[in-house]
Amino acid sequence: MTTQIPELMNLTERESSEAPHAEAPHAEAPHTETPHAPVAVRDALLGKFDLDELLNCMHCGFCLPTCPTYQQTGLETYSPRGRIALMKGVAEEKLAIDAEFEKNMYACLGCRACETACPSGVAYGRLIETAREVVEDNKKRQGKRSFTRKMIFKNVFPHPKRIRAFGTALWVAQALGLQKAANRTGLIRILPREMAEMQHAVAKVASPAKRKERPPILRAEREPALKIGFFKGCIMDEMFYETNQATARLLSKAGCDVVFVEDQACCGALHAHSGEKSGAADLAKRNIEAFERAGVDFVVNNAGGCGAALKDYGHWFAHDPEWRHRAHAFVAKVRDANELLAELPPLTFHKPLNVRVTYQDSCHLAHGQGVRNQPRQLIRSIPGVDLVEMSHPDSCCGSAGIYNIMNFDMSMDILDDKMKDVQRTKAHVIVTANPGCLLQMREGIMRAGLQGRMEAVHIMDLLDRAL
Amino acid sequence: MLTEDLRQQFISVVGQKWFLDSPNELHAYSYDATPLLQFIPDAVIIPGSVQEVATVLRMANEHRIPVIARGSGTNLAGGTIPVQGGIVLNMNRFNQIHEIDEKNLTATLGPGVITADLHAAVEAVGLFYPPDPGSMRISTVGGNVAQGAGGMRGLKYGVTKDYVMGLEYVLPTGDVLRSGGKNVKDVAGYDLTRLMVGSEGTLGVITEITVKLLPLPATKRTLVVYCRNLVDAARIVERIIAAKIIPATIEFLDQATMKVVDDFAKLGLPLDMASMLLIEQDGNEAQVVQDIEKIAEIARQTGAAEVHMAATMEEGAKLLTARRSALSALSRVRPTTILEDATVPRARLADMVEEIERVARKYNLQICTFGHAGDGNLHPTCMTDERDHEEIERVEQAFEEIFHAAIRFGGTITGEHGVGMAKSRYLHLKVGEGGIELMERLKAAFDPNNILNPGKVFAKRDRRRIVVRQS
Repeated sequence: MTTQIPELMNLTERESSEAPHAEAPHAEAPHTETPHAPVAVRDALLGKFDLDELLNCMHCGFCLPTCPTYQQTGLETYSPRGRIALMKGVAEEKLAIDAEFEKNMYACLGCRACETACPSGVAYGRLIETAREVVEDNKKRQGKRSFTRKMIFKNVFPHPKRIRAFGTALWVAQALGLQKAANRTGLIRILPREMAEMQHAVAKVASPAKRKERPPILRAEREPALKIGFFKGCIMDEMFYETNQATARLLSKAGCDVVFVEDQACCGALHAHSGEKSGAADLAKRNIEAFERAGVDFVVNNAGGCGAALKDYGHWFAHDPEWRHRAHAFVAKVRDANELLAELPPLTFHKPLNVRVTYQDSCHLAHGQGVRNQPRQLIRSIPGVDLVEMSHPDSCCGSAGIYNIMNFDMSMDILDDKMKDVQRTKAHVIVTANPGCLLQMREGIMRAGLQGRMEAVHIMDLLDRAL
Repeated sequence: MLTEDLRQQFISVVGQKWFLDSPNELHAYSYDATPLLQFIPDAVIIPGSVQEVATVLRMANEHRIPVIARGSGTNLAGGTIPVQGGIVLNMNRFNQIHEIDEKNLTATLGPGVITADLHAAVEAVGLFYPPDPGSMRISTVGGNVAQGAGGMRGLKYGVTKDYVMGLEYVLPTGDVLRSGGKNVKDVAGYDLTRLMVGSEGTLGVITEITVKLLPLPATKRTLVVYCRNLVDAARIVERIIAAKIIPATIEFLDQATMKVVDDFAKLGLPLDMASMLLIEQDGNEAQVVQDIEKIAEIARQTGAAEVHMAATMEEGAKLLTARRSALSALSRVRPTTILEDATVPRARLADMVEEIERVARKYNLQICTFGHAGDGNLHPTCMTDERDHEEIERVEQAFEEIFHAAIRFGGTITGEHGVGMAKSRYLHLKVGEGGIELMERLKAAFDPNNILNPGKVFAKRDRRRIVVRQS
């Protein structure tokens, strides 16, 4: 149910200097685009908004300087404060759930830097997910869902086999030199511009044969022999298979039995960020069940975006008495690999690296999970590594899940600014802790013409190199 | 509502990109940081040059369309709420620092420069712009000038008004005027620069600002003092000043604030204490150490229960966490946070805090008080819920009593937020009916058609801060 907000100073009624509350030019507030939507349906839709949380925003504006899209545009509609006001406007039926609202909700990176800056502790990440859910539900109701969306969220991410097939296809393409050939011949231009740009950044993927060699468990090389379930991540395990292997090696050296838990699924982050809450919840259930069966001490992952979603499962099932407790028990075990490695006795490194590196925070690791010091501490522990901080290391690189595909121009503007900060550090290596950021930083290196002089590396790979 | 013809004319002045009037865009400029106030403008215009500002103003004046100049919209007095509709004139494209003049110790900049960016730019060359309002990381210097913003360094360094040396501004007629400049001494005619500062966008639209700079102090040290009662804290402040020491900052937290802050930030504050003071001194190393030691000695002699000195600047920053977390902590307690800025001469600090506590008890409200003890500028902060009409009514009555008390103690209704809509009803308490009348005549001289930020400062003396309409 929507809570009724009393109209304090009604925003449709203005004061005029002669006759107070005389004119009401915007009184005919639009509602949803469907005419005569049944009240119950509309209430069910708008009732998804958490009005208490929306009210917690005191519109102080402290989030504005941390918001990459506000920094790019200077427009209030592109700021967290603005978006929350728009959500409130929709929840109170002063604004319609229309194309403009949809555009504004999807213009957000979802980096959650605003949450770090917010004095009131507003859970913005959840608010934007709900807003997108309302947009998508409204479209479903009107039969307006796009074919691509349906394909991606229903037919790709929930199916590990299909993602594996994608990985194989990518490997085949790379093995045959198709990617290069496509680039050379200009064939690449048949891809949409956004996809064509971003595919440059894809690294060499592992062969299907190599992937089959992976044993189901990697034994600890020393005490304390914790039993950890490795959360592979769907994209991560296809495109960054070697990074997963490196992470497992590091964990085993640090004293963990690393179990590649069977039947795990995508974390559901992309679904949740795109308003596909029920799809996200289905994936979450599969993961909770899989790791329960495995009986592990910790659930460990190496992708900031996935980790933040895994840690949010408790909230996804807040209104589901059956799953709530299981979700909370699962969340209590989730750790980012950086978090766990920083807690365990230090690793022994044998190969000094002698490089200057800079660390680009993963938004969902820093703002979403509050993990900032651990990766830095691990980087500093590598002999020969000089960590030079860039300015605004925890400001989003513009990758943001599928944002760089959906909002390509904005994403590239943010990236180009990020690269200026990176270049000032004179680092040889940009270290990241999330696959999306890694691809984006590789793209950034190319855009800045720094190939061969700078590389982007996942922190687990950097640590692994020094073992 | 603008006619289509006028819309097109405005668009031809600034370009399609900088003229906003879709439903979402209008909604996003209907509020600032003030609780409970929201009105929809007819258009948002983001000009890029003085010429564009002049043309927009001239057209608006001709058609009697209200114009509300706006920076980042962080003011707490409803200063940028388009209460009569019209055009929100967002000045944030004027974000260039034109010059840092190291010989004359001035900076000249556009009004859209973010305050913290100005700090960073001048500090990079060893200079110092002291005004540091709480919102400095996002507030604009233009907004600071228009609202007469203060900050934590007011005691030693003064506030925004003490640093504005010159302005360029545009009148509703489109005339572009300049006042002041880089001269330390300048008594040529009325001081229109000073008049513009704190005029809340009701007299003209500021397009360029020249501010005074100081050499950047070499270092700073912090001290925290806990007191068992309010009177001791107030006496410590008085005696520090009487000893001819002017610290950069003396911040104050009452027990209620300490409790909420400790609950939030887990700082391990001694909650049996009635209040705490955070004192910072800046300057050269020897002087700073000497001052801080003297202050510690005065505090101990004046009944302080505990005194802690920070050994380094980092430790000092940690001590200041309590003060910096105050707003965060308070705003999490209840959905609506109403922060006021009643101010008294510093000798009446204890009286004022006690009066606020009495009023809170009388109206059964949760009011915490913190603020700038050094300059008597307090922030009684009420945690409430805008959905509870009956409670909001009590909040209104309580603040009315608090404002009356501030005046009784020789203070003012607003120290650093401005009058705006929030306190226009109480302005007469401070300036008198004669004062308001004169201000209105000044306003008419600048803006005879009342298009600049109408409904602010003295517009409706009988209107309450919060209009609750029972449905």
